[in-house]
Amino acid sequence: MTNNVMAAAAETAYSKREIILDVKDFRIHYETPRGDVIAVNGINFYLRKGETLGLVGESGCGKTTTAMGILRLVQPPGRIVGGQVLLNGVDLASLDDDALREVRWRDIALVPQGAMNSLNPVMKIKDQIADGILAHEGRQLRGAIKERMLELLNMVGLPGRVADMYPHELSGGMKQRVCIAMAISLNPTLIVADEPTSALDVVVQRVVAQTLLDVKAKLGVSMILIGHDMGLQAQLVDRIAVMYAGNIVEIAPVKDIFEEPMHPYTQLLIASIPSIKEKKPLKITEGLTHDLRNPPPGCIFQFRCPKVMSVCRQIVPPLRELRPDHFVACHLYE
Amino acid sequence: MAELVKTIENSTPAKKRGINRFDSPWFNPRLVIGVTMVGIVLLIGIGGPLVWDMNLVYVASSPLNLPPAWIHVAQPTPEPVAVATAAATAINTSSGGLGGSSMLDLMESTPAPGRGNPGDVGPGNPTGDPKHPLGTDDQGRDMLALIIAGAPASLKVGFIAASIGMLLGIFLGFSAGFLGGWVDAVIRTTSDVMFTVPVIAVLFVIAAFLKHLELNEMAFLLALFAWPAPTRFIRAQALTLRERGYVRMARLSGMSTMGIMFKEMMPNLLPYLAASLVGNISGAILAEASLEALGLGPTRVPTLGMTVNYAIRGTAILREMWWWWGFPILVLIFIFTGLFQIATGLDEIANPRLRGVKSQ
Amino acid sequence: MRGLTKGYVLRRLGMFVLTIWLGATLVFIIPRLMPGDPVGAMIGRMTGVGGRIENAELLIAAWRAKFGLDEPILGQYVHYIGSLATGDLGYSLSSFPATVTEMIARSLPWTIGLLTVATIISFLLGNTIGALLGWRRTPKWVKRILPFSLTFTSVPFFMLAMIFIYVFAYGLKILPATGSAGRGVTEAVTPEYFGSVILHGILPVMAIVVTSMGGWALGMRGMMITSDGDDYLILAQAKGLRPRRVFTRYAVRNAILPQFTALALSMGAIVGGSVLVEYLFAYPGIGYLLYEAIQTSDYNLIQGIVFVLVLTTSTAVLIIDLIYPLLDPRISYQKR
Repeated sequence: MTNNVMAAAAETAYSKREIILDVKDFRIHYETPRGDVIAVNGINFYLRKGETLGLVGESGCGKTTTAMGILRLVQPPGRIVGGQVLLNGVDLASLDDDALREVRWRDIALVPQGAMNSLNPVMKIKDQIADGILAHEGRQLRGAIKERMLELLNMVGLPGRVADMYPHELSGGMKQRVCIAMAISLNPTLIVADEPTSALDVVVQRVVAQTLLDVKAKLGVSMILIGHDMGLQAQLVDRIAVMYAGNIVEIAPVKDIFEEPMHPYTQLLIASIPSIKEKKPLKITEGLTHDLRNPPPGCIFQFRCPKVMSVCRQIVPPLRELRPDHFVACHLYE
Repeated sequence: MAELVKTIENSTPAKKRGINRFDSPWFNPRLVIGVTMVGIVLLIGIGGPLVWDMNLVYVASSPLNLPPAWIHVAQPTPEPVAVATAAATAINTSSGGLGGSSMLDLMESTPAPGRGNPGDVGPGNPTGDPKHPLGTDDQGRDMLALIIAGAPASLKVGFIAASIGMLLGIFLGFSAGFLGGWVDAVIRTTSDVMFTVPVIAVLFVIAAFLKHLELNEMAFLLALFAWPAPTRFIRAQALTLRERGYVRMARLSGMSTMGIMFKEMMPNLLPYLAASLVGNISGAILAEASLEALGLGPTRVPTLGMTVNYAIRGTAILREMWWWWGFPILVLIFIFTGLFQIATGLDEIANPRLRGVKSQ
Repeated sequence: MRGLTKGYVLRRLGMFVLTIWLGATLVFIIPRLMPGDPVGAMIGRMTGVGGRIENAELLIAAWRAKFGLDEPILGQYVHYIGSLATGDLGYSLSSFPATVTEMIARSLPWTIGLLTVATIISFLLGNTIGALLGWRRTPKWVKRILPFSLTFTSVPFFMLAMIFIYVFAYGLKILPATGSAGRGVTEAVTPEYFGSVILHGILPVMAIVVTSMGGWALGMRGMMITSDGDDYLILAQAKGLRPRRVFTRYAVRNAILPQFTALALSMGAIVGGSVLVEYLFAYPGIGYLLYEAIQTSDYNLIQGIVFVLVLTTSTAVLIIDLIYPLLDPRISYQKR
């Protein structure tokens, strides 16, 4: 009971904070000879100061593409075809290259997915950390940089000697923590963490997750955390956005998602989390998704939805705020 | 979740891999152009003797020093002679410390048979003759006949040498990668050493020791040195394949690993092997042409390289007989360009990402 | 720590010694595998070239002794390796009493100079072109122009060399075709001499560079394209680095590594190719010397030259191998 009250208090506290990231009608397509694949289909969400938003969904649903799109790092043949990404009121999607370069890392940093290959194999860690700092702050005293670097490494729980090492001398977890140290080096407003714990073993996952939590607590940075591990998300994020086939189908505070998932897809996702206490059959409906080049009329989830209605085959359900801070795109609640 | 992922993967196109192509990669323009070019050369070789008198490859079968048929000069002028002699002296004065027989002085010092007094150093007959469309050399050989005879010979030597080298390479590379241990150590070290040895120099020496080299002997000789590259490549492939899951599974289930590997490996490697074979053909033809140009090749069959060698020895450049060395070289360049296009086309098949970013 | 570990250096040195030993053995074996008696063949050739030889029997006997052909084969071999180790390559048969070592020492610097300059220019130019062609941000007009520089990639250089001689030396008369320096210029440390050497080097270097840089360019382009979109490149962009820095320190810096391995592997072909370059341009290097030795059937000289060619290549490969770990810190961790 008290828990609920506290959580509610926390939620209201967040809801009063200013919005630092506002993504509006964001669209990313991949060009193929057979037509564009719609990877991100006009999504809307926002992020408040100091908040962590989890972005979940199955592989290929467009969550990584969304993250890369926010940073304008979508790789060809993908490209942003529409929408706005307002970071502190500035639209990243329409910045020119130079302005964009200044915003990157200073205001918005990335913790990459493949920590294994994200560091330049032929540069020492210290040079790679310094690279980002020098690119934005210009030349500075070597001593000052070194001190800052040690502080950064210390913050992610790495010894100072790591600075003089090459990536291949580090373990996967250490590399990922180096990436986190790099991401916070300029004290950005927003960190986009793209499945930062994937490809790590479970123990190391915890360490990296804890590092992220610590960093967030110390710096008060906002974060978008992408992942498909619902358990990890539950511990790390404030709100969760559920993506399906390029669309956000539900956004809600983490507690609501777990206790009262509203969209049928979210319900399936929650139900499929394995539990030690009870053995339950895996509740996943078979069936193919639609061809992403040619979305069907109506709801995107209609082919796999257990509760599909005739209206779902005709009208696209809009994302509506059904409760404070709880958005769902589904005809069930009309 | 796993199944969920699977269904999605089946339906969503892989994003990182680039664009799917419906049209077969084997029809890529480079490959088609290359095959056409090499095909033309083969056609000339096969069809040529049917329409052209091949006896014209023999010495003194035609008038000497005829320019190509389209060259028409009203009167023989003495001018070319003067220019040629002047150029010869100019160039000779700047020749290196060693003296002796540079390519250009050689022509001055060795009297080539069939060459008259210095007065007719220029083209012997300034007007072309339609009976010899590409002209003739200073021994009375018809250039067109030489090319019809020489072009397929070069391709043949290259093909034999490269194929044998390739088979050797597949055998050695596969043994090394599959057997491992000391077999691997010996094969790997030997092929590494072979990369370091300047093969062409060794070939020169061998060719110099062997007095008479037939075309086929030359092919086998070249094959002896054409195996290290394919060996290295096949070995690396076999090594990675050996550790793959399905090969291990096959081993566990008691199937013949060797058979599995061979069956699994070969189809995947086909474009690579083809590209590498074409590269080797190119290399072998180059080595062959080089040997011949140095005068170390077969002397009984007319080949393109030998024609170049005669042209060099016959001071063709100074005598302004550009057709003598120009045509064989053009044909060789044509062959090399064709083979190169084929190799690049095959490379693009083997590595689809290369197709993604075009050079233009 | 950089990858230049003791084990690595020892392994490379071992390879170096092994290559030289095998090369020397090859040089020893080839004449003995040839049909017939090498000395007889030699005399035959010399008679063929220069007419009758006085006192042929005496000559044969002397050469037999010189070759040590009366010894058992193993003894010959030990003797041969022993004299190689002391740098004694014997006497030249055609220019007696000059020793083979002397003659090679005179021409080797020309070859090394020519090949070093040509290879470095070709490697740098080719890789720069390839890197620009394989880089997504390269301006369109650059990408449109650059492929023209690769026109002659598939043309074997000796054919291009002949065309160059015809066009530049004979037709336009702007460059000397043959030799290493003007005949009238005295060999001394004067600007005039150096100018002449450079002028004479232009055509051979140009022929090598124009025909070989395309190979480097294509390899580099392939590497750049394959690594485009790699995670470390994306992170480098996310860091807001300047494109130029991402290009040099991240993309090219990594893509160039396999090119160095390729350079080491192609060293044999490069050195071997010098024979033809020098023959066509009458460049007084070791390749030209080899051609002359073959022409005069100077078997001692031939053997000596091939051995020195192997030695030169191995040394070049060793140098590349020893530089490589400085470029790629991972090298001592993986066994090649």
